[in-house]
Amino acid sequence: MNGIPMEHGLLLSIVLFVLGLVGVLVRRNLIMILMSLEVMLNATGLAFIVAGSRWGEADGQIMFLLILTLAAAEVGVGLGLVLQIFRRFHTLDADSLTEMKG
Amino acid sequence: MKVIELLELVPLFPFLGFLILVLAGARLSKLTISWIGVGSVAISALLVALLGAEFLNGTLQPYSRVLGSWMAVGNLSVPFGFYLDALSVTMLFVVTGIGFLIHLYAAGFMKDDPGYARFFAYMNLFVSAMLVLVLADNLVLLYLGWEGVGLGSYLLIGFWYEDPNNGYAARKAFVMTRIGDMALLLGMILLFMQLHTFDIQTLMLRATSQWTTGTLLPVTAAALLLGGALGKSAQLPLHTWLPDAMAGPTPVSALIHAATMVTAGVYLIARTHGLFMMAPSVQFLVAVIGTLTLLMAGCSALVQADIKRILAYSTISQIGYMFLALGVGAWSSAIFHLLTHAFFKALLFLAAGAVIFCFHHEHNIFKMGGLRRAMPLAFVSFLIGSAALSGLPFTSGYYSKHEILAEVYSVSPGLWMAGCLGAIITGIYSFRLVFVVFFGVQPQAVEKRLGWRMSLSLGLLGILSLLGGMLRIPLDSVFPQLFNLEPSFSLVSVITLAAPFIGLLIAILFYLGGFSVRGLIGSGWANQVRMFWFNGWGMDTLYDMLIVRPFKAVAKLNKNDAVDDIYAAIALLSQGAHSMIKTTQTGCVRWYATSMALGTVVIIAIGWLS
Repeated sequence: MNGIPMEHGLLLSIVLFVLGLVGVLVRRNLIMILMSLEVMLNATGLAFIVAGSRWGEADGQIMFLLILTLAAAEVGVGLGLVLQIFRRFHTLDADSLTEMKG
Repeated sequence: MKVIELLELVPLFPFLGFLILVLAGARLSKLTISWIGVGSVAISALLVALLGAEFLNGTLQPYSRVLGSWMAVGNLSVPFGFYLDALSVTMLFVVTGIGFLIHLYAAGFMKDDPGYARFFAYMNLFVSAMLVLVLADNLVLLYLGWEGVGLGSYLLIGFWYEDPNNGYAARKAFVMTRIGDMALLLGMILLFMQLHTFDIQTLMLRATSQWTTGTLLPVTAAALLLGGALGKSAQLPLHTWLPDAMAGPTPVSALIHAATMVTAGVYLIARTHGLFMMAPSVQFLVAVIGTLTLLMAGCSALVQADIKRILAYSTISQIGYMFLALGVGAWSSAIFHLLTHAFFKALLFLAAGAVIFCFHHEHNIFKMGGLRRAMPLAFVSFLIGSAALSGLPFTSGYYSKHEILAEVYSVSPGLWMAGCLGAIITGIYSFRLVFVVFFGVQPQAVEKRLGWRMSLSLGLLGILSLLGGMLRIPLDSVFPQLFNLEPSFSLVSVITLAAPFIGLLIAILFYLGGFSVRGLIGSGWANQVRMFWFNGWGMDTLYDMLIVRPFKAVAKLNKNDAVDDIYAAIALLSQGAHSMIKTTQTGCVRWYATSMALGTVVIIAIGWLS
């Protein structure tokens, strides 16, 4: 593990995070948005792991475990909502799901 | 038990009458209302007659009675205190005696009016306030009565409120007198600040001991009190409300705008004469204002056509005589003229009311004529009243006016000449009224007959106007005696005596004899003068131009309220901001996410760069 410098790990996590963010912003399908969110969560998890290994602390991995459970719960709730939305509106397009006339 | 200890009941009874009529007037029959309304004043008049007789037969020592404290804060203490001396006894006789006769008359005059209870409620309120005014031993209580009579006057001028013009006249009277009241209030505050008391007698004592004559303080205080008196007594330059105040019922004009309220200013000056004697310049101003007013109002009375407006201008003119007398220090003569004027002017107004009542509610004297056969009582009343008004010998007005003019001559011959000119004018306009209304051809038959109540009041007031000159109440205990006039036969007294006769002669020549009035006023400039006088020397127009119109213009400019604009702008701003931010609420989730991401970037960037 020591062979990989911290900058590379962080750079990877930033790239993953931005990819996830772009996915959230440009994708219209709700499921794809949820998946992009997972990518973003994992990017932050990666950043914690890298930081933890840089200083030789266990905190980073504990944080990642926390994020993992959070992500699992989030996917559970999110997929449940997606199911309900599809039942009611028969579409998963985020743009056509707006009801506000601001 | 002496009657004088019942002093506080005198203003109380009319006030009780007011309360009963205001609370239960709608449920009472007209007979009950007239018993309460007239009876309450009758009881007061009876009490005054008893306690007045007791007082005048006694030592004439002032009697004061404190009922309780009204307000006491720090060194300010204002009691409900009544003060009775020869001056207030005179005023009490006028207010309750003439007040009673006018109430009696009004019970007949107003008998077909739907607002019968309301009318007597207001009248009783007025009498009660007037009694408080003349009995008050301190300026604050006097001010309470002063504003009370102003309120009564306002309510009664606008009594027939269905006509907006009457409401306008009422408001005009109220606002014009308020201008004077403001000055009076300031004067009171000044006196209290300087002398630390409101008690009138103590004030006069302290003023004479602490101030020097003619310095700034007494002059300012006297001038401010004079301002109040000018407003209430309809003297120049605050006199324009009185002719319009004739919009009220005629008994109101007789009671408030001839006999009592308008003389409150004279009473005030007489009551505080100690202060005015310390301000000779202001006292001289009183005389000058009185003279100018009596001449100007007399000229206006010459050319009016409305029977009540003639009498209104004549009232202003006669109060001018009282002010003239006050101004030269003839205090007791001024009060004497106040007394006799109350008799004969109330008589004239009530007789005019009788003419109006019986003759189709007509006010224009040129549509009347020849009424002396149809209305002998009104004719005799008018003859007596006019004789007393112009001061023909052996009537009540003769004694008082002659006395004033004689005393004025000993101070200032110039003012005396103006007063004599005024007496000539008085003779002309009062007999012009009599000749036009009661002589010549009668155009229509009279409509109604006078009831016993109206006839009785007219008869009693007629007797008082004839013999009132003997009812002189000695006022030496109140006022310093400045004049010691021996009745003498001199050129001055002959001219004074002749003046009303000259006026009478001119009136006979023009209105009974062959001289044509049209020939006199036919030419252009004379007609212009006539119109000028008819409009009260253009004072209304002047005030309209100087005060009313600029005020209205400013009000129009500020119609939307400049202060309000600030708050309106705040509301407008937040509304604009709202509609701007509102557009970001699209309901589109991706849009929200984008803005959140961008916002985060911006915040981090700010944190980084700073």
